[in-house]
Amino acid sequence: MKVAITAQGSNLDSPVDPRFGRARYFLLCDTETGQFSAHDNVQNLNAPQGAGIQAAQAIVKIGAEAVLTGNVGPKAFATLQAGNVAVHVGAAGTVRQALEEFRAGRVPPVTKANVEGHWS
Amino acid sequence: MKIAIASGKGGTGKTTLATSLARVAASDGRAVAYLDCDVEEPNGHLFLKPEILREEPIHKLIPVVNPARCTHCGLCSQACRFGAIACVGEQTLIFSELCHSCGGCLLVCPEEAIREVAKPIGRLRIGTAGPLQFVEGVLNVGEAMSPPAIHAVKTAAPAAELTILDCPPGTSCPVIEGVRGCDLLLLVTEPTPFGLHDLKLAVEMARALRLKFGVVVNRADSGDRQVWDFCRRQRITILAEIPDDRAVAEAYSRGELAAEAVPHVAERIGGLLEAIRPGAHV
Repeated sequence: MKVAITAQGSNLDSPVDPRFGRARYFLLCDTETGQFSAHDNVQNLNAPQGAGIQAAQAIVKIGAEAVLTGNVGPKAFATLQAGNVAVHVGAAGTVRQALEEFRAGRVPPVTKANVEGHWS
Repeated sequence: MKIAIASGKGGTGKTTLATSLARVAASDGRAVAYLDCDVEEPNGHLFLKPEILREEPIHKLIPVVNPARCTHCGLCSQACRFGAIACVGEQTLIFSELCHSCGGCLLVCPEEAIREVAKPIGRLRIGTAGPLQFVEGVLNVGEAMSPPAIHAVKTAAPAAELTILDCPPGTSCPVIEGVRGCDLLLLVTEPTPFGLHDLKLAVEMARALRLKFGVVVNRADSGDRQVWDFCRRQRITILAEIPDDRAVAEAYSRGELAAEAVPHVAERIGGLLEAIRPGAHV
């Protein structure tokens, strides 16, 4: 399964970025092979508005089946849902740690946004 | 002649000046229209007490996708400067609250799958206040974007010799929509560090828009002299100074026009009208 994790840096030891739309990077990890790739989100990071929506669209485009992040707002959630991407929130620590928690099934998917838009 | 009244800072006296200016000019027998462009909190009516003769809804245009025609090519999403469209899988989602009604998505859609529908965002109230023509826009609560409502107010303006546009505070899109196309911009300020700070922003805005502008200092005998120093250095004309007077605040609190309640304010407004008469050098 390909899961996209929001990260403050481009490797597995980077801290998880708790923000979805304005995360610095998305790390796309294949949970079967362990392979990963870093995807820059700088364009949405600096967007005046609609960052969550556009980030969600980018997530769908890179082929992620799930998102692992700190928080997701309503518009980003609606877009991810339309793209059939499962949303897992509450991730913390490094990307590696978050991924382990995720693999162990300790970060269940959510069925709605867990924060309002513009929460941070 | 169209005169826009803006300030940068809120609470400097835009509406006090705009309503008094409109009333004094109309009492001189000129055909005057007062437009309340502060659509998020229009309160010029409290002072002018217009008789509203008709109301009209204000709409903004938002795109709607026809799923039967849409091929999810993503061009509309790429074209949208406001991030309001997402193309994911077999769906094209439009977030209308982010839409600025620019129509770009319609232009780029190769399938003609997008059309625009009108969404109500507020209402126009049109009437008269004595000899004055009165128009105000009222934006619905919860609506994020006021420029389309301000545009509607300006479009609904009746022809007049003198049009006074009471603009919102700030220096961003709503003010720019309000002041755009005016013949003269009056920047109302107060002689405080706050007034000066925001006056500088408003001056930058006026210069960026290449508008002819001048300054009106309200509560002129309070605070400090920095506003005058700034205007002198920047070669900005101070068109009027309105003294600080408890009588103005008392009239305001009763919903009375400053120019009617306080004779020396009427005098200053008269002087201002003389200073900005067509052909005068500002």
